[in-house]
Amino acid sequence: MIRLQVNGANRELDVDPEMPLLWALRDVLGLTGTKYGCGQALCGACTVHLDGEVVRSCVTPVGRAQGRSVITIEGLSPDGSHPLQKAWCDLAVPQCGFCQAGQIMTAAALLAKSPKPRDEEIDHSLAGNLCRCGTYGRIRAAIKRAAGMAEE
Amino acid sequence: MAITRREFVGGLLISLAAGRVLARTRLAQASSGAGLTPNVFVHVAPDGAVTIVCHRSEMGQGVRSTLPALLADELGADPQRVRIDQADGDKKYGDQNTDGSSSIRNRYEELRRVAAAARAMLIAAAAKKWGVPADSLQARDHAVWNGKRSLGFGELADAAGKLPVPKPEEIKLRPRSEMKHVFRALPLVDGPAIVNGAAKFGADLRLEGMLVAVIARPPVVGGKVVRFDPKRALAVPGVKRVIQMPQPQGAVGFQPWGGVAVLAENTWAAMRGREALQIEWDPGANASYDSDRYRGDLSASVHKPGKPARNVGDVESALAKAARLVEAEYHVPHLAHVPMEPPAALARFGDGACEVWAPTQNPQAARTEIARVLGIPEEKTTCHVTFLGGAFGRKSKADFVSEAAFLAREARVPVRVQWTREDDVRHDYYNAVNTQLLTAGLDSEGKVIAWRQRTAFPPIATTFDASVAGPREGDLQQGVTDLPLAVPNVRAETCDAPAHARIGWLRSVYNIFHAFAAGSFIDELAHARKRDPRESLLEVIGPPRIVTLAELGIPQLRNYGAPLEKHPIDTARLRTVIERATKMANWDNRSTRALGLAAHRSFLCYVAAVISVVRDRAGKIAVDEAWVAADAGTVVNVDRARSQMEGAVLFGMSHAFYGGATMKGGVTEQSNFHDYRLIRMSQAPRRIHVEIVESEGPPCGIGEPGVPPIAPAIANAIFALTGQRIRELPLMRAGVV
Repeated sequence: MIRLQVNGANRELDVDPEMPLLWALRDVLGLTGTKYGCGQALCGACTVHLDGEVVRSCVTPVGRAQGRSVITIEGLSPDGSHPLQKAWCDLAVPQCGFCQAGQIMTAAALLAKSPKPRDEEIDHSLAGNLCRCGTYGRIRAAIKRAAGMAEE
Repeated sequence: MAITRREFVGGLLISLAAGRVLARTRLAQASSGAGLTPNVFVHVAPDGAVTIVCHRSEMGQGVRSTLPALLADELGADPQRVRIDQADGDKKYGDQNTDGSSSIRNRYEELRRVAAAARAMLIAAAAKKWGVPADSLQARDHAVWNGKRSLGFGELADAAGKLPVPKPEEIKLRPRSEMKHVFRALPLVDGPAIVNGAAKFGADLRLEGMLVAVIARPPVVGGKVVRFDPKRALAVPGVKRVIQMPQPQGAVGFQPWGGVAVLAENTWAAMRGREALQIEWDPGANASYDSDRYRGDLSASVHKPGKPARNVGDVESALAKAARLVEAEYHVPHLAHVPMEPPAALARFGDGACEVWAPTQNPQAARTEIARVLGIPEEKTTCHVTFLGGAFGRKSKADFVSEAAFLAREARVPVRVQWTREDDVRHDYYNAVNTQLLTAGLDSEGKVIAWRQRTAFPPIATTFDASVAGPREGDLQQGVTDLPLAVPNVRAETCDAPAHARIGWLRSVYNIFHAFAAGSFIDELAHARKRDPRESLLEVIGPPRIVTLAELGIPQLRNYGAPLEKHPIDTARLRTVIERATKMANWDNRSTRALGLAAHRSFLCYVAAVISVVRDRAGKIAVDEAWVAADAGTVVNVDRARSQMEGAVLFGMSHAFYGGATMKGGVTEQSNFHDYRLIRMSQAPRRIHVEIVESEGPPCGIGEPGVPPIAPAIANAIFALTGQRIRELPLMRAGVV
């Protein structure tokens, strides 16, 4: 039995501790906001926070989350009001939207550590999150907007 | 599309935002006769709620933010009181294939007419109530107005619903000045659901008792299972069933690839079960496919005369007497779609009927294919459309949807099929591989007097009919037969290129390689003639004019299905986007900046791109800025047009830098993002500037046309920076990126 906190709630999961956290979230807990894109930590679509740190849930065994706190896109804010979520909507960042939960989760961890990130920090932090639609420019602008910085 | 008065069908639908299976309450009211339902697209309920059906798939182009807004504006509805219903696959909506950059360009007027009919009925109902002539009334802000008096749409809905639907010739569209919301940036209706994780994509839905299937497909297209042993797979905890897939017969088309499916309680168990399967494969005839060797075959092919596709004047004589020849061979490999969401679909089967939920661009084709695979009538199939996590043409193909349908019937429980990224990269419908040989003759003054273009690629039609020998006219209109050239002798030929892979549409399709070759070659001609590339390009395109079929040297042009009278090839528009893009980029005063330019008309839209490249700290090429100008005629949602152009720069960059699926022994060598690379944020240009030409002309495509000019503009910029001419994609192969 794996005991962990997911979006603030205590959960017990009767699963193989080797099961990637991604599939525990999606298939067992029904939290489908976290996406499968590659299974090898190459695309970032599955990004969640584990004790506040960015992890790629597709390669993180759920056993590693034992006794720890997981935040997914569903738990980033109670009502979509996180400054990043608002900035994402204001600037109409998403195209297909599939990668955006991962992008936002990575950006949220960045802003928590570096409230006014430099361009290089943004690029470096988000380099692990692929977007096939090509929304990178708007993501950068939305991060700056959420951080209260000039967008260009 | 015939718009007739028909009633909405009740039943169930997936609310894309909420992801629950909901009763279709408002439409149930419609089917009981309440409110106004003049056609299958619009419903006005007695409480004033307006429901508009979006019958196109949302895959990032913003169609759900655009088409319903267009209808709502024509109707005079308050956007806040409009609910969008995602249409199931149903012929009553006309064609639903969200493909060919066609949602606006083919339906703009028809959908406005649909809404205008509803508006006319609401106005007629108000006129009757007030006893005044209808033409003294206006519909706006969700009400019909007579001076300062108004009746809300809801108050009028029942009465309007009892009136006759106006005849097509009676329907009048609003003047553009009355459209209050569209033709500018529109809100992204699905933004909130996307950023909080609620939006439901193909793999996000579940049904009670559902199993997840992961399929081991033959590594080579056309291959077969000789024998397999399910024992070790079945021993994996959570694995419930192992089921052999049907073997495709004849041309592969939309058929499932075959193989063996592992069904499990969760995705991870299914993946592990698949790893444990023991299968002996017969790779079949395509096992000889080696894309490196094939590249040599294509090169040999274009060095011999081909089948004529276009002819003006006498190219061979002109080349023979030219003062100078310029010749170059270009190659673009198979390209993969790799949408961020790998294919996935959910199906259930019971009582001889099948219901699926899928991120499909073409729910009607999915139904047809499901009916074929299951041997049931199409009326016994239902296809609900989820959000598409990227598609780019991949999800026009129904193979992954019918896999789920087949397994749901065999397993007698609902089944969700999940493709892994490896499945996606290895079993794609790749864009055609292409080699071209371009030859130009210059006279003693450097004027281009002859242009010969030979192109060799296996066309998409080979996927559906193995006997197809070469490209057809409709294939060649993508940058060969429709290329405007102010050159007196022009000839295009198609050369042999047999198909050994599953070929399919990929965002802008053959335009990708035709524009790469022509856009690069025109730049080569500029340098050969020591001319500024923009001036040279404008000279090769020639003066502003409507290009006739006679000038093109072809008997007919498919022209993306549009009449040439409405959508001619207009070089003035091509010249304008070139001038606007280069002006934005400060081309004339570019000093030491290495800029590359290319322009291309596709899907009736004119796009010019200027790309700036620099060397990064490691000495590799980086794109630091891009400028794109597009003339797409009337643009309903300017922000989504801009975002499509922004995205096209990145999509084109990924092809140019890294694109390329290669095959050895018929097996695709790449498998995931480490070896099928995409541009990452750190490589994205610091700025992408987009200008959308303001126009009231007929609308053109937006989703695809931004892609073709990007790769040649990059290659031209690299030449400007380094003097190195790269004629083969990806650039990675030349070691410059």
